[in-house]
Amino acid sequence: MIRQDFSRVDPKRRAALDYKKKQFAKPEFKQQDYEHRLNFYVLPPTAEITLEEFEIWAINRLKVLSELEACSFRNRTLEETETYMSSILDKYLPLHSNSSRSSTLQEERKKDHYSHFILRLAFSATEDLRRRFSRLETTLFRLRFKDDNLRERVQFVNSLGLEWEKIDKEEREELASELTAAGGYGKGEEQGWFKVDFERVPELVEGRRVLLKRGKAYVPMREQQSIVVAEFTRKLDEALELTARQLPRIDEDDRLAPILAHLSQSFTAPDAAYSTSDANIDGLSTPTAASIDTLAQHFPLCMHNLHSTLRANSHLKHFGRLQYTLFLKGIGLSLDECIMFWRRSFKLMADDKFNKEYKYNIRHAYGDVGGDANRRGRGYTPYSCQKLLTEPLPGPGQAHGCPYRTYTTDNLIALLQRTGVNDRDTLKSVREDVGRQRYHIACNRVFEWTHKREIKKVKDDGSWGAAELDTILHPNTYFKRSWLLKHLGEGNAGVVGGASQDKMDVGE
Amino acid sequence: MPHSISPEASPADDSTLPLADAQPLSNGVKEEPSSTSQDVTMSDAASPSEAEKNKVVLEGLFDDDDSDDEFSSSAPQIRPEEAPSPEPLKIKPSTTFSDPEVMRAFYQRLFPFRYLFQWLNHSPSPTNDFAHREFAFTLQNDAYLRYQSFPTSDLLRKQCIQMIPSRFEIGPVYSANPRDRKTLRKASAFRPLSKELVFDIDMTDYDDIRTCCTGANICLSCWSFITMAIKVVDVALREDFGFKHILWVYSGRRGAHAWVCDKRARDLDDQKRRAVAGYLELLKGGAQGGKKVNAKRPLHPHLERSLAILRDYFQTSILLDQDPWSSDRSAHLLDLLPDASLRAALQKKWDSAPSRPSSMKWADIDSLAASGALSTLDPKSLKEMKQDIVLEYTYPRLDAEVSKKLNHLLKSPFCVHPGTGRVCVPIDTRKVEEFDPLGVPTVTQLLGEIDTWDREHRQNEEVVVEEEDGVSSSQKQVSDWEKTSLKPYVDLFRGFVNRLLKDEKGVKREREEGGNAMEF
Ligand SMILES: [Zn+2]
Repeated sequence: MIRQDFSRVDPKRRAALDYKKKQFAKPEFKQQDYEHRLNFYVLPPTAEITLEEFEIWAINRLKVLSELEACSFRNRTLEETETYMSSILDKYLPLHSNSSRSSTLQEERKKDHYSHFILRLAFSATEDLRRRFSRLETTLFRLRFKDDNLRERVQFVNSLGLEWEKIDKEEREELASELTAAGGYGKGEEQGWFKVDFERVPELVEGRRVLLKRGKAYVPMREQQSIVVAEFTRKLDEALELTARQLPRIDEDDRLAPILAHLSQSFTAPDAAYSTSDANIDGLSTPTAASIDTLAQHFPLCMHNLHSTLRANSHLKHFGRLQYTLFLKGIGLSLDECIMFWRRSFKLMADDKFNKEYKYNIRHAYGDVGGDANRRGRGYTPYSCQKLLTEPLPGPGQAHGCPYRTYTTDNLIALLQRTGVNDRDTLKSVREDVGRQRYHIACNRVFEWTHKREIKKVKDDGSWGAAELDTILHPNTYFKRSWLLKHLGEGNAGVVGGASQDKMDVGE
Repeated sequence: MPHSISPEASPADDSTLPLADAQPLSNGVKEEPSSTSQDVTMSDAASPSEAEKNKVVLEGLFDDDDSDDEFSSSAPQIRPEEAPSPEPLKIKPSTTFSDPEVMRAFYQRLFPFRYLFQWLNHSPSPTNDFAHREFAFTLQNDAYLRYQSFPTSDLLRKQCIQMIPSRFEIGPVYSANPRDRKTLRKASAFRPLSKELVFDIDMTDYDDIRTCCTGANICLSCWSFITMAIKVVDVALREDFGFKHILWVYSGRRGAHAWVCDKRARDLDDQKRRAVAGYLELLKGGAQGGKKVNAKRPLHPHLERSLAILRDYFQTSILLDQDPWSSDRSAHLLDLLPDASLRAALQKKWDSAPSRPSSMKWADIDSLAASGALSTLDPKSLKEMKQDIVLEYTYPRLDAEVSKKLNHLLKSPFCVHPGTGRVCVPIDTRKVEEFDPLGVPTVTQLLGEIDTWDREHRQNEEVVVEEEDGVSSSQKQVSDWEKTSLKPYVDLFRGFVNRLLKDEKGVKREREEGGNAMEF
C-alpha cells in the first residue's frame, strides 16, 4: 500500500519537484498565485512540496478520476455524474470560487494544480494511459466549468487568450438573418456571437450549427463551453505527448519513480485501505466460526469463491488461505474463532498436522506471533481490490485473486450464474467490462444488480448518500454494504457513515 | 466508390496486404527480392505467375472498385525488358488506348509531370512535400503497388514509363519517406501529415433519379448533375471555408474530383475533414430510405444559397430533361408527399392522364393544394416539403468517405481512364457549364494529333535546322502536349499551380518568421 511505504519517509526530507528543472529552461521556485478557480494547466508547478504531499495529492486526484471513469462505464449522464461526483470532489479535491472568500482558496488550487501535473507524469508513459487521462481530466474540467461562478468564468475565459473575436454590433446587424438561420434561434433570443477559425469547432461545423464566412465560424455564446473544453483537451493532449518524450529523464529521480509507477498501476482500480470501521457493523452480532456459512451470501465473488472451494475440497492452498483469513479477520472474526473455523473446515486433517503447519500462519496473520512490527501492527491488513488485481495470477489448483480477472470469461459467467446472477444485460455488461479489464467495475455492477431493490430504496428515502454508495474498492466494504442493505429496517439503516470516510487514514 | 481505395489498415501496418510494395527503382536495374518478407519486387509483380497469384487476392480486396477498370486486366502483359525503344509511335486505326505502348507514349510525351511535381511540391526545388508523398500504382495486370515515392518528378516519370501503370493515385505526405517505413524503429514515426482535401462526385450516386442513361454511360443531360454539384460545392468551399485553390478534375468517365490545395486544407486532420464533409452532406438514407432530405428550418445559409443555385436547374435539367415522374414513375413523387389526401387527389388526377410531364405534375401539387386538397399540411410546410424535394433531386451527392480520411488515395489528374481512354483533365469552373465530358480528348486521339502536327511542321523544321546550324531547333522547344488538344487543359493546370505556388511562398515566409513557441 502506497501510503504505508512513504509515510515513514523522514518528513524533513523534502522533494523538490525537480523534473521541471530539467524540463524547463528557467525554473523559478516560488509560489504561484492562482487568480482563477479553473486551470488550463499550462504552467508547471514551481514550488517545493513534500514527498508526502506529492503522494497524497496524487492519490486524491486519482480517486476522483477513477470515480469519473466508473461513471462513464456506467453510462451516467453528465447531470448524474455531476450529482454523484459532488461529494467526492468536495472531499478529495475541493475548489471554491473567489466569491466564497474561503481562506483555503490558494491551497486548494495549488493542490489541484500540482496533483494534475503529478498524474500527468504518471500517466504519460503509454498511449492508452494518456488517452484515459486526457478523457477523464476533460470530464473533470467540464464539470467544474459548468458549475463555475458565471462572472468568474467569463474572467477565466478571457484570460485564456483564445483568439476569438467578439463580433460587433454592426456586423451582427448585417448578418442578423443568417446568424439566426445558422444558429437555429427562436425570435427575440438575445445572444452574442464570436468568431473563431472553423477548425476550432469541428462538431458545430459538421452539424451545420454555425454560420461560416471565409473560414471563420460564427459561434453563439451558448456554445462557448464546447470550445473551451475542446481547447482544454487539445492543449492537454499536446502536453502529454511532450511529457511522454521527456519521461526518461524523470526516471533519474529515484524517489519519484516508484511513486509514479505505483500511481499508474493503481489506475487499474483505485486503492482503498481497509478500514477498521468495516468490521464495525451495527446490528451484526460478532461473527463466529459457525456463522460464516450464513454470512457467505454477502461475500464478494472473490471470497465467495474461496469459501465454496474450501467447502468442496476441505482445503485451500496457501495464498487462498491468507486472502480468506485476512478477509474474515476484516469482518470481525476473532483469532480464536478463526482458528476454529479453519480447524473444522480442514476436516480430513489430523489435529497434529493442523497445529504444526497451519495454526501458526493464522496467528501470524492476526499479529499474535511474529516480530515486534507484526505484533504491533496487529498482523496483516485485509487485501484491497487493487492488491488482488495486481498480484501474480494463481497457478493450478489455486483459487485466490479476483475471479473477474483470473477466470476465463465463460467460466466467470458460469460462476456468476451459479451464485444466482442470471440477468442477461448484467452478464453482457460484465463480459464487456472484463474484456476491457475493468474488473472492479464488473464486480460493482454485479453488486448493484444483486442489491438493486435495496439501493433504490435507500436512494429514494434519502437514507444513504452518494458517499455510502461509492464504487466498492475493497472486499470488506462489499461485505459490509451488502449486509447492511439486506438488513434494512432492522434498526441499522443510515448508520453506515463510516463506510468510507476514514478509509484513507487507517493503513495498519 | 469507383475512384478511391480506402486503406483500412494503418499505413505502417500493411503486412496484411498480400501484395505490398515494389522495391525502389534504381534506374531500371532489377533489385534482389527481399528475402522473407511479403514484399513483391517490381520484377515479380510484372512476371505473369506472380501477377496471377496477386490478382486473385486483389480482386477480393478491391471488389468495390467497380467496372471502371474492366479493361485494364484484359490488356496484354509485357515484361519491362521486352519494351521496345521509345520511338515515336505511329497511331494506326487499329491502335487502342488499352495498348501498353499507347500508355507508354502517353507518359513519355504527354503527361505533364513537371507541373504535377510543382503542384505537389509547393516549391520549384524538391522538398519532402513531394519526396515523402505516397503514390500508388495500378499496373496493367491489376497489381496494386502502394507506398511508392520519388525524390523528383523525373524519377516518377521514369517509373511510369517503365511500369506503364494503367493509372496512379496520390496519397498523403508522410512524416518519413514511404519507402523507408519498414526500416523505422518506431511505427509511430511513420504517419500521414498532410494531403489535399478531396471530394468525389460520381454518377452512380444519382442512379435512382437519373432517367436518361444507365450504368457507365453518360450524356450531356445527366452530366448536369455533376455541374450542379460542382457549382454548389465550389462556392461553399470558397465563401464558407475561405479556400482559394480548388482544382476540379474530370474523373475520366462519369464524375469529378475536387482537390482543395490551400495549406490550411492540407493540414486538416481526420476530425476536421469529417466536419467539412458533414457540413456539405445533406442526403441521408439509402435506396429504400424514403425521403432523403429533411432539412431543418430556417434553412442554414449554405442550404439557402444552394437552393438558389439549384432552383433553375430543377426546372430545366430535372423537370424537363430528366422528366423523373413521367408515366408510371410518378409513385416516387407521391412517396415524398406526407399528406394523404393530397396524395390521393394527385393520384387520381395522374391516373386519368398518365402522359402528363413532370413539370405539370410538379405544378399540380400547388394547384390541388390551393383548391383545398390538403388535410394536414399548412402552406408553409408545403413550401418546405417542396424545397426538400428540389434538394433531393439536385443537391450534390458526395462520396463523403473519400473526403473524411487524411490517408485516402485519389487518382491523379491527367491519368487516362482505363475504360474510356479519356484523360482526367481539369475543369474550368469559370466555364463549368460548357464542360463536355464527351469532348475530352482520348489518349489515342492525342497521340494522333502529335503526329499530325509533326507532319505539318516538318517543312519548317528543316528550314530552321539549316539556319540555326543544329542548335536547339524551334521544334524541339515545343512540348508534345502543346501540339494537341490537351494544351488548354495543361495551361489551365499550369495557371492553377502558379497561383498556388505564389501563395505558398507567402505561407512559407510566415511559417519561418512565425516560429511559434512550444507549449507544455
Ligand atoms: Zn444521360
